[in-house]
Amino acid sequence: MSHSEVRQKYLNQLSGKTLFMQGDAACAYGAIYAGCNFFAGYPITPASEIAELLALELPKVDGYCLQMEDEIASLAAVIGAAWSGAKSMTATSGPGFSLMQECIGYAIMTETPCVIIDVQRSGPATGQATKPAQGDVMQARWGTHGDHEIIAIAPNSVQECLLATIECFNLAEEFRNPVILLTDGEIGHLREKIVMPDPDDIKLTPRRIANKGEAIFGGNLIPSMVEFGMGTFVHVTGSTHKESGMRDVETQSVHEKLVTRIYNKIDSNREKIIRVEKDYIGDAEHGVVSYGATSRPARGAVIRARKEGKKIDFLRLITVWPFAGNEIRELGRRVKKIFVPEMNLGQVSREIQRFTDCQVISIPKIGGIPHSIDEIYKVIRE
Amino acid sequence: MSTPSKDFKTNKKKKFFEVWIDEDLCKGCEICVDFCPTKVYENSDRINRRGYYQPKIEAEEKCTGCRLCEFLCPEIAIVIMEKQQ
Amino acid sequence: MSKKHPLLKYLREEILPTVFCPGCGGGTVLNVYARAINELGIDPRDIVSVTGIGCSSWIPSPYYKADTLHVLHGRAIAFATGVKIIKPDMKVVVIAGDGDIGAIGGNHLIHAARRNIGLTIFLVNNSIYAMTGGQVAPSTPQGVPTTTTPYGNPEPNFDFTQLAIAAGASYAARWTTYHVFNLLRSMKKAIMKKGFAFVEIISQCPVSFGKMVGKHRASDFLKFYKESSININKAASMKEEELKNKIVVGEFVDHDREEFTQALRKINIKAQGLSHQADQ
Repeated sequence: MSHSEVRQKYLNQLSGKTLFMQGDAACAYGAIYAGCNFFAGYPITPASEIAELLALELPKVDGYCLQMEDEIASLAAVIGAAWSGAKSMTATSGPGFSLMQECIGYAIMTETPCVIIDVQRSGPATGQATKPAQGDVMQARWGTHGDHEIIAIAPNSVQECLLATIECFNLAEEFRNPVILLTDGEIGHLREKIVMPDPDDIKLTPRRIANKGEAIFGGNLIPSMVEFGMGTFVHVTGSTHKESGMRDVETQSVHEKLVTRIYNKIDSNREKIIRVEKDYIGDAEHGVVSYGATSRPARGAVIRARKEGKKIDFLRLITVWPFAGNEIRELGRRVKKIFVPEMNLGQVSREIQRFTDCQVISIPKIGGIPHSIDEIYKVIRE
Repeated sequence: MSTPSKDFKTNKKKKFFEVWIDEDLCKGCEICVDFCPTKVYENSDRINRRGYYQPKIEAEEKCTGCRLCEFLCPEIAIVIMEKQQ
Repeated sequence: MSKKHPLLKYLREEILPTVFCPGCGGGTVLNVYARAINELGIDPRDIVSVTGIGCSSWIPSPYYKADTLHVLHGRAIAFATGVKIIKPDMKVVVIAGDGDIGAIGGNHLIHAARRNIGLTIFLVNNSIYAMTGGQVAPSTPQGVPTTTTPYGNPEPNFDFTQLAIAAGASYAARWTTYHVFNLLRSMKKAIMKKGFAFVEIISQCPVSFGKMVGKHRASDFLKFYKESSININKAASMKEEELKNKIVVGEFVDHDREEFTQALRKINIKAQGLSHQADQ
């Protein structure tokens, strides 16, 4: 899939450059690399920088960036644009993410590809507005009502922000589902070195357009899509619908078939979607599982502990949802304890407990300051 | 300058219209019966297969083709057609 | 033997008759809307209908045959904004009710009008939340009992047309489902308007609203609309007390200013350094 001339020229100028930027900025550039041509958002710390950069850059590649009246309208416009053929994205933080939940459910039910960036901050409610946290993990999974699956990716570096954003767009197209980039205020506002990739090295998943007569909301596990203006008279609805898109809320089997298929799109492809980073030493006694910003001091703690002779495996979740249950099971069979440092009161540690009988020790920290290597090290060395 | 009304009257031919009601669609709301300016319709005791009372086209010859019923009908069940002379 | 109206080809005929209650004004709106598109000679393939939740939302979803985006309660205008920006040459029409657009969707209504984005909004106002059984709406007249105001509605109601005008609509009109010929003209103008076009359509609900006010027949409502409506030109010279309980109908506003997607295009041209094309 090739970019338009204007976008290709823009990306060629970036290609190979070594820059110094925030995670938020890298997310914005990632979207441009991914072919994003529509962004709608609302100002919120610590995500505003994504909108600000896209406001400047998207028009240069013939995309549209606008600020809507609230977060609900933002994701609504993103979904409307997606059905009009755009690759669209929004970015927000906890309070906005809470507002967007209904629309996320709508995107799931209508199988709309789109990307939602949640730069997590300390909550609940307004909380510590400018300080990082990882408290939206469970919300990303279950925030919207009803049975559904979701894909959420947690980058831990500025470089990864760019690449993970591209991955989010690709997964959205492949699974015709909204995908969440679950980053945090620490990574979002952190400034680091980043090498801008060559656009020709980036593989983009194209949107599959349906042939005439093909079902848009059924038939295959992941149906092809259409866009408005193709003359298909497509009927897109958030109500339970048949494979044609027409509403049918009366027939039990229609609902079961639809919701189960949408669920299975992701559930039956877990191993394809899940990405982790393993640093296993082979004869570990304990394990440390972490993700996002916390994975950096966590890794530091593991390195320090290993220097003292401790045998510790390190697992970083890149994909948070669907959850890497098999990896946890495998790790849990070998080690005595699994340590889970997180900037919340133990959301992922709870999920880990579901997959293993080995002792799971949560290392929570809230209050807007990431763990230090020392804090994690002190717990794991015991 | 001629007097338009006089010329208009002598050249004017009276138009006739056919009134059709699709019984499958009509829900017996009686808007057509109540609003026809020349009282083409009347209520009746006849029900369609869905159980709705159907209006009766009592005086089709009185239809002036104003199409008020056709526009008002919530089911687009009425068709007014000009009779070809 | 009967004849089918040629307009029915604009509907998803296989699911007719509609689920509208007998005499529902929504059906009349559908009737006039189909006529408007037909008379304008617009190909339905060039239309995107965006609608929300409620009885009025059933007009486009599922009845009117076009690309249809049936969204969450109140959010049609926000979704439609995304559609219009990516498909500026398509006619993006929002048809939804007073509760949908005027209550939960009120914020989106005023911002879209402010932006002057080229959407066509047909707000079908039946003064009640009909689909859910008759709860009070911001359009319900003061004093009317509803299921959630059993002692009588303590709140005054909106004038949606004035709201749209104050927010910046390029075209704003109000008619009732009795004024079908005027409504047809206004709908055609609104569809063809480049900027934000808004038509409020006072519509009868003989069931959910009717039972609250003791009017059980559609004709009772239409008679009331006929007798209580005053054209805006006449109303301009009338006193406030004279206009109490009257429905002011007509075309309130019709002017032109820069449409939003045009403004966005200008930004893109500027950003890409194609300033010599900026004036086109």
